[in-house]
Amino acid sequence: MLKDITLGQYFPGVSVAHRLDPRTKLIILIGYIVALFSAKSWISYGVSFAFLASAIAVSGIPVKSIVRGMKPLVMILVFTGLLNLFFTGGETVLLSFWKVTITLEGLRRAIFMVLRILMLISGTFLLTYTTSPISLTDGLESLLSPLKKIHLPVHELSMMMCIALRFIPTLIEETDKIMSAQKARGANFETGKLLDRVKALVPILVPLFISAFRRADELATAMECRCYQGGDGRTKMKLLRLCRNDYFALLLTAALIAVVILLAGFSL
Amino acid sequence: MENVINVEHLAYTYPGVDDTPGIDVFEDLNFTIEEGTFVAILGSNGCGKSTLAKHFNSILLPCGGKVMVWGMDTAQEDKLIPVRRTVGMVFQNPDNQIVANVVEEDVAFGPENLGIASPVIRQRVDAALNQVGMYEYRLHAPHLLSGGQKQRVAIAGVIAMEPKCIVLDEPTAMLDPQGRREVMQTITRLKNDKNITVILITHHMDEAAQADRVVVLDKGIVALDGSPQMVFSQVEKLHEMGLSAPETVELCRTLNEQGFCLPLDRLDDKDCAQALVEALKA
Repeated sequence: MLKDITLGQYFPGVSVAHRLDPRTKLIILIGYIVALFSAKSWISYGVSFAFLASAIAVSGIPVKSIVRGMKPLVMILVFTGLLNLFFTGGETVLLSFWKVTITLEGLRRAIFMVLRILMLISGTFLLTYTTSPISLTDGLESLLSPLKKIHLPVHELSMMMCIALRFIPTLIEETDKIMSAQKARGANFETGKLLDRVKALVPILVPLFISAFRRADELATAMECRCYQGGDGRTKMKLLRLCRNDYFALLLTAALIAVVILLAGFSL
Repeated sequence: MENVINVEHLAYTYPGVDDTPGIDVFEDLNFTIEEGTFVAILGSNGCGKSTLAKHFNSILLPCGGKVMVWGMDTAQEDKLIPVRRTVGMVFQNPDNQIVANVVEEDVAFGPENLGIASPVIRQRVDAALNQVGMYEYRLHAPHLLSGGQKQRVAIAGVIAMEPKCIVLDEPTAMLDPQGRREVMQTITRLKNDKNITVILITHHMDEAAQADRVVVLDKGIVALDGSPQMVFSQVEKLHEMGLSAPETVELCRTLNEQGFCLPLDRLDDKDCAQALVEALKA
């Protein structure tokens, strides 16, 4: 049952979006988020949406899988929409019954809010769909490397992320095994009150933690054997290199931000 | 042939916790390994096989005596990286020694740590993966491979660092027969193609039988040492130490107890069958 969890929603592919440098993609995402939060009008939302739509088109990721990813967020979207709809004050009252009033401003704000969240999440999905976890950590490490100057352990952090990603499937497999072993000895995880079920998890967590520590110890020895001495003096097999596509994409993002901010300046 | 690994008067005690006394593993262990040989180290549980293995590349440092590897003292701090570059190590559990979540990235981990230029790393990774026959799996996620394949990736990760010697600490203990065969074939190929010195620590007698030399450890000393034929024909001694001989030798010995007169140095199935045929004809 635990094996069904999909990790890292990476869709392997060779599209332009897949081949972009991970750093470019991270910067584009940040730029796109800035643009979304600066957008105040239908036109600027339209421009941002066009940007997102062309990015999705270029990536070749089916729209269906992005929509499917939204499902768990429906409740949040509905709540955000309703809260904004009912609790935004304004002059133009559209509807008024009992104690509730819906204003034109409220309606507008609710729609914008929901749109913003939807577009924000689609953008983030696009990043994780087109970038493998390992190149994402590589990109992060490279982007954050200036922070090494202030002694932030950037390499160590990305190494930790990499190892964590590596061991998630291994630990899930292990959890499965331990659960089967405990079930074979009569443990019951499926029925009973919530508190009982939480308590039933203890016999899974204890062996899991012990084995995780043992693994960590062995892994550390194995890494030492392979001459690991931290990030200093370390080279990489795959070098990150920006090419023409990357510059073009970054330019487009800059243009998007400029347009949206300009539009906001003209209060459009 | 030159002696490249020298263990001289090695003493090692596992430190005790709080007031409990430590455990003496070795008091005075001596032996040498020649360049380019395939040495199997045998011994019952707790005889110090793994402890010894960890001395070859400075994971453990001797409490007394010394271990010399290609003329370098493993206890010298400034020799740590050169020693580990020379002697690579493969452990029992393949899951706990694979670092990255793509096969080729994992093989590149060692060379990356050595600060080798990127194009050279690429070449070494491809060469190492070809050596162990895992090139077509280079973009796979390690957790989707079989045990034998994972262990071959781990071996590739070590040979990408181009060591002169590989120490394998029970590399087949967690594998199925198919995986064991794959790993053993890889080891013998490495030894033959690249003239790498191989030290194999194992529980499987049939694996040890494939080595050039077998060293049997018992109670912290070298109890038997010689060619597989020589070591395994001393079945009684092996039994006393809680070990057994390969099945072919055990078979011949059991038959000898029934009055046959079979040789005890037939380690290969075919040789053993041949000897049986000859004995039956006589």
